[in-house]
Amino acid sequence: MLLNVLLIHLVIGGVILSTGDLLGRRAFAVAALAPAATVVWAITRASAVIDGEAVNYSWMWVEQLGLQLDLRLDGFGLVMVALVSGIGLMVCIYALGYFSYPKAGTARLAGLMTLFAGAMLGVVLSDHLLALFVFWELTSITSYLLIGNDDRNQRARAAALQAILITGAGGLVMLVGLIMIGQSAGTYLISELLVNPPTGDVIAAGVICVLIGAFTKSAQAPFGSWLPGAMVAPTPISAYLHSATMVKAGVYLVARLAPILATTGQWRLLVMTVGASTMVIGGLRAMRQYDLKLLLAYGTISQLGFLMLMFGTGQYKIAQAGVVLILAHGAFKAALFMVVGIVDHECGTRDIRELHGFGAGWRPTLIVGVLAAASMAGLPPLLGFVGKEKALDTYITYGDFAGSGVVLAVIVLGSMLTFAYSARFVLGLMGRFGLPENPVRSVEAHAPSAMFLAPAAVLTALTVLLGLAPRLVDPLIAAATIALDPVASPSTVKLWAGFNLALLLSAIVIAVGGVLVWFRVPVARTQRRFSDAISWIPSAEQGFLVSLRAVTGGSKRLTSVVQSGSLPIYLAIIITVVAVAPVIPALNAWPTLPALVDVPLHLPLAALVIAASLGASIVKRRISAALMLGAVGYAMAGFFIVQGAPDLALTQLVIETLATVLFVLVLRFLPTRWADASPAVTRPIRLGVSVAAAISVFVMALVAAGSRQSVSEANISEEMIRRSAPEGKGNNVVNVILVDFRGLDTLGEITVLVVAGVGAVALARAGRRRLMLGDDSSVEVADYEWEDHAAVATTSEEANS
Amino acid sequence: MKRLLVVDTSVRVVFHSILVLSLYFLFAGHNQPGGGFVGGLTAGAAISFRYVAGGVAEVRRTFWLRPWTIMGGGLLIAVLTAILPILTGNALLEHAAFEVEIAILGTVKATSALPFDIGVYLVVLGLILMMFEAFGDDEALDEVVGFSVRGDALEADSVLGDVFELERINELQLRRRQRDRL
Repeated sequence: MLLNVLLIHLVIGGVILSTGDLLGRRAFAVAALAPAATVVWAITRASAVIDGEAVNYSWMWVEQLGLQLDLRLDGFGLVMVALVSGIGLMVCIYALGYFSYPKAGTARLAGLMTLFAGAMLGVVLSDHLLALFVFWELTSITSYLLIGNDDRNQRARAAALQAILITGAGGLVMLVGLIMIGQSAGTYLISELLVNPPTGDVIAAGVICVLIGAFTKSAQAPFGSWLPGAMVAPTPISAYLHSATMVKAGVYLVARLAPILATTGQWRLLVMTVGASTMVIGGLRAMRQYDLKLLLAYGTISQLGFLMLMFGTGQYKIAQAGVVLILAHGAFKAALFMVVGIVDHECGTRDIRELHGFGAGWRPTLIVGVLAAASMAGLPPLLGFVGKEKALDTYITYGDFAGSGVVLAVIVLGSMLTFAYSARFVLGLMGRFGLPENPVRSVEAHAPSAMFLAPAAVLTALTVLLGLAPRLVDPLIAAATIALDPVASPSTVKLWAGFNLALLLSAIVIAVGGVLVWFRVPVARTQRRFSDAISWIPSAEQGFLVSLRAVTGGSKRLTSVVQSGSLPIYLAIIITVVAVAPVIPALNAWPTLPALVDVPLHLPLAALVIAASLGASIVKRRISAALMLGAVGYAMAGFFIVQGAPDLALTQLVIETLATVLFVLVLRFLPTRWADASPAVTRPIRLGVSVAAAISVFVMALVAAGSRQSVSEANISEEMIRRSAPEGKGNNVVNVILVDFRGLDTLGEITVLVVAGVGAVALARAGRRRLMLGDDSSVEVADYEWEDHAAVATTSEEANS
Repeated sequence: MKRLLVVDTSVRVVFHSILVLSLYFLFAGHNQPGGGFVGGLTAGAAISFRYVAGGVAEVRRTFWLRPWTIMGGGLLIAVLTAILPILTGNALLEHAAFEVEIAILGTVKATSALPFDIGVYLVVLGLILMMFEAFGDDEALDEVVGFSVRGDALEADSVLGDVFELERINELQLRRRQRDRL
């Protein structure tokens, strides 16, 4: 059943992708089926899961690697499924309104989004760390395709590339970490790790690797630069992937592993430092944005840092507050993105300097936006307030690790910033930042239809409802907490927890936040001065570009050293290695020289071989040399016949014939004679290389022939001959060896032949194309061929006349 | 390219005989000298005769299928023969043998090594055709150098498709350069 949930997404996504643009925006209606089915299925399972009965499913995937597909739906999984599929359903409905003028590629978004939803469900349902990794990478890939869906837009492509480079690199590091943890713990199952938490130095090293993966995915400092760039994607995609679901994957992994590993190695130090700095930096940057969507993006980064601080402690009381927050954030952030998308769709801008307030029909939209922003700011009586209150309270009461006081202070500071940018969002939406010189368009803008607003309204209604009555989700949150940490005894989540320190801190947050909003102009000026003062510190974005340039520049430099582009140098290196490497060990096995002449017929054949070889090295014309080499080959075939190997002789004859033809084909491209234009210095080197090659061939031939006696099973060839007819059902031993005894070798060889053939044609054509285009790098070759062909053409014309 | 009557006629006579010989090598290979590899090479030798007589156009006319199709088909047959035993629960490349009584021919023995060998034969044959395609394409070269343009080779030819495209681009560039000069 669990697998079917994933397969539904795969099938529906595949169907939408295969229909191309046929469905237009209706593709989102089809896509909505997958999350809808998942939601229905999750509801049927919810009561059992909340009671603590996880749904398990196991399927042997790669038996040799012991790789099982272990899926598991427990309480925390249910929370994540509610986020992924619940918000997914809302986003699909929203997209129907957003894409009212579908372009080419719009339907593809729906298909990719469905595939992404399936991968994301895979992440939150996998109990096996490696399966989780596979789904994790699938979300990165689908996210890449979704960001870059507008493939004509260079910015979209660049942003998509940046996202996949950062999350992909992090994912690889994470894989290393997961393998370290899984191998040294002896199990990859999260549920088993939870029962027997592993310890040791390897685990401590693995923890760092895993955390890097989680940080890149959740856009934590200093890896967060990709998330603002990803905002070039259409708003439904940003709302879904880059605020509600995918970026929470890192938080999800930290939440799952924290109860197991929080006390191991540098876990707490890393998570707390990174989470705290991300929360503050994200908040500060959000306060400076004019683009509403970017404001939300930086706000998301800040909130993800907050979530890291909650889940990373490994203490279930604090993690419980994190569960509330993750639900609250999913609901209000998706709603806020939808509101921004509505504004963008109707007004054609989301820059707060171009918004001047809205007309009458916009009231419901503004109410939704303000309520969601208020939840983000942590105002009562909304779910955001409940979560933040719980967070502060649990940190005060249960934060007993070193530095928890600092982290609490950072949370309070970050919450003030959150209040400030939430207020900036609201004021911007109301038109308080609208500049008089920009045209006033928003006032006359057409108000969104009820259907367009409905998804955001539903999410906001949930925010209000659950804020007023947290009892409704309390069992779910309790089950999720127990799922994260089986020893947990979660407390109830309440809107009003009485007068306590947390409430006081909340009041301080609101008061200071209010001051920040009231004095927003001087605050902005100070902020600008501050950021100018620290502008010498490279930003994450610059760090990314610098490292990208270092990698490409470094590989270019390395390539230019290794690949000099000189054919003589390549050949000299290859031949020298081939000549020297096997010969030196072969000298140990130097055999007694065999009898030189067995049969009288050897003498004329040997004479032919020697004469033709000498001739090949003396003649001046290339074609003559090729023919001489052919003569050597035919003489070798003669040797094979004399030794009683008709098969070999036959093959040798045909190969020699064809090789000569191919020589002729290729030699037409070269001048008929060798013109030795190389400097005199290289002559001895070339001579040395060729002599070395000759000696090595001679030594190898003797040693190879002689080593037959020193093999312990002396009669391997007789064994083959004996078994050929009864087992291979053939009397030709050579052929039986080729197709049966060593058939797999043959299969490999013909595959190589295919690759070589394709490569040869591609190379020949590429050369020809460069010739046509007059590429500078091939000017010399072009001149060369030109002359040669002119010569060929004159001779053929002469022959014709 | 000038065609020589003597060469043309003798190639026409010899070509099919060599092809038959190559097929004989292929089928007899399991028990007598020969096999798919030698058979394919022999067929390749026959093709080189065609090439000598009429260039790459003649080679293309000889085979209805394109070289890469022949090559890919050969590899497909070989791989299928190799993995088929796995599906029936045997080891990779495990061969079976059948003996059938056929009138006139007597007892005919066939092993499943034969399709594997046919695959090898086709791959080798395709490779040789590829070589002629890669290095023997005089017309495309003539096109580059600007000499004789042969009608028959230009039609519906995949090789020359991009050559045309490139020529068009060159022409456009030339025109643009002229316009710039004006």
